[in-house]
Amino acid sequence: MAELRDLYQEVILEHSKAPRNYRTLAAATTKAEGFNPLCGDRCTVYLCLKDDVIEDIAFQGSGCAISRASASMMTQSLKGKTTREAEELYERFHGMVTGENGGHSSDVGKLAVFAGVSEFPARVKCATLAWHTFKAALHGEQKPVTTE
Amino acid sequence: MTAQTAVAVPAGYDVEKVRADFSVLREQVHGRPLVYLDNAATSQKPDAVIDAITNYYRHDNANIHRGVHLLSQRATEEYEAARERVQAFLHARKAREIIFVRGATEGINLVAQTFGRTNVHAGDEVLITALEHHSNIVPWQILCEEKGATLRVAPINQKGELELDAFEGLLGPRTKIAAISHVSNALGTINPVKQMIEIAHASGVPVLVDGAQAVPHMPVDVQDLDCDFYVFSGHKVYGPTGIGALYGKAELLEVMPPYQGGGDMISSVTFEKTIYNKVPYKFEAGTPDIAGVIGLGAALNYIGRLGIEKIGAHEHELLQYATERIGKMDGVRLVGTARQKAGVLSFVLEGIHPHDIGTILDQEGIAVRTGHHCAQPVMDFFAVPATVRASFALYNTKQEIEALAQGIEKVKEILG
Repeated sequence: MAELRDLYQEVILEHSKAPRNYRTLAAATTKAEGFNPLCGDRCTVYLCLKDDVIEDIAFQGSGCAISRASASMMTQSLKGKTTREAEELYERFHGMVTGENGGHSSDVGKLAVFAGVSEFPARVKCATLAWHTFKAALHGEQKPVTTE
Repeated sequence: MTAQTAVAVPAGYDVEKVRADFSVLREQVHGRPLVYLDNAATSQKPDAVIDAITNYYRHDNANIHRGVHLLSQRATEEYEAARERVQAFLHARKAREIIFVRGATEGINLVAQTFGRTNVHAGDEVLITALEHHSNIVPWQILCEEKGATLRVAPINQKGELELDAFEGLLGPRTKIAAISHVSNALGTINPVKQMIEIAHASGVPVLVDGAQAVPHMPVDVQDLDCDFYVFSGHKVYGPTGIGALYGKAELLEVMPPYQGGGDMISSVTFEKTIYNKVPYKFEAGTPDIAGVIGLGAALNYIGRLGIEKIGAHEHELLQYATERIGKMDGVRLVGTARQKAGVLSFVLEGIHPHDIGTILDQEGIAVRTGHHCAQPVMDFFAVPATVRASFALYNTKQEIEALAQGIEKVKEILG
């Protein structure tokens, strides 16, 4: 049961129940839609970019506790970052939840609470949907991205 | 456990004895005994099926309908004996009305691409229901798009039951085929298919029945139903994956063009002209899944020994018990409450996403399906992104439903 508590940490549950930045951004300079066709989770990420800086970021959608918490905490982590810093953070976060970097959670700040996801391969897509959608928004993808 | 909730065991049905026939049921999952409640996705296989496949490869492996040598004759005999087994299982008039396909999906595609392409033209209509699995939607969409025809959908009510009057109202002179599920995979609703076929035939419309979720739970008699086509998948009825059957009335199959070209489906080939083989071989191009067919035959023999009526009665008791036990839990909302149901309990838990429920139940050793069950239009109708689906088989027990109930309590404790 220890593993389940690793996955559903208090911080994650709290964010899933009261997600931050859960709104549309009227001033968005770009946005993208993400979709997980296996479980039906949907996510829209709105970005307000000024020069190379993420001035504001918000999301909306429906999904499980992991995907909502991940989207919520992503928006907190990315606000104020440069796009390059954001992409680097994505790489580290992705490496952590897929277990590719040996389960290390260095340099991801508060996002380290998602380290437990690597023990649940079926749930990696839940944790990364918002991030894939963010990247799609950043690169101006017109079609909805899917996790498949 | 109170006396009121005790499950009456059908006479002569010993579920513990039945469980011993399935080696996989002795597996441990995350250190706990496996509670397998994902049978509508695929059922487990009894050792008799696994042995039949192994035995074929160990002793009889050869190609069929070809060699004069002994092994080829043995393989051919076993293959054709399985066809007769399927014929008896569906109560078809003739063995040649049974065509082996990869599963229900391929059976529907075969009919759409042969009967459909011949008979559906621009301006025509194909009628399905709002309960269909994607496999009974998409092949018809592909056909309609190609032909400039229209797909019509008969609606359901809030219980998940088909609106029979609306179904009748949608049948018209333009309707060239109706394709309907016998039992809904997402909700478990049993459709009144015999009545629907009668109504469709009164308008001169032939009917395909998707029986993938019906054959594991109830006797099926295609002559009594008078359906024109009936499809099912072997793996949902205790057989191997990758094999299934299509029943078609002989007079329809005979005039339909072939589905795929190749060996075994011809009687003679020259570069100028090919003469097709007779039914059913016309529709079985190439070397088929011989081991799969033999495994399917063994699965139907296994069911025959237990008795499909007894299996159905056992599962009905389980479903009633689960509906009562799980349905009354705080926060649980059942999705699909038709009066006639088989095998499936679909539900949502207030404020908790099905995916999270699935993960926590898995840690308890309980396998359920969470998601849209390849029936996104059904999810849209009930305005839920997904449900949790517990589905029952001949080897499930009341104790396993109790384990599910305890698992749901655990979910609420962790995520509530």
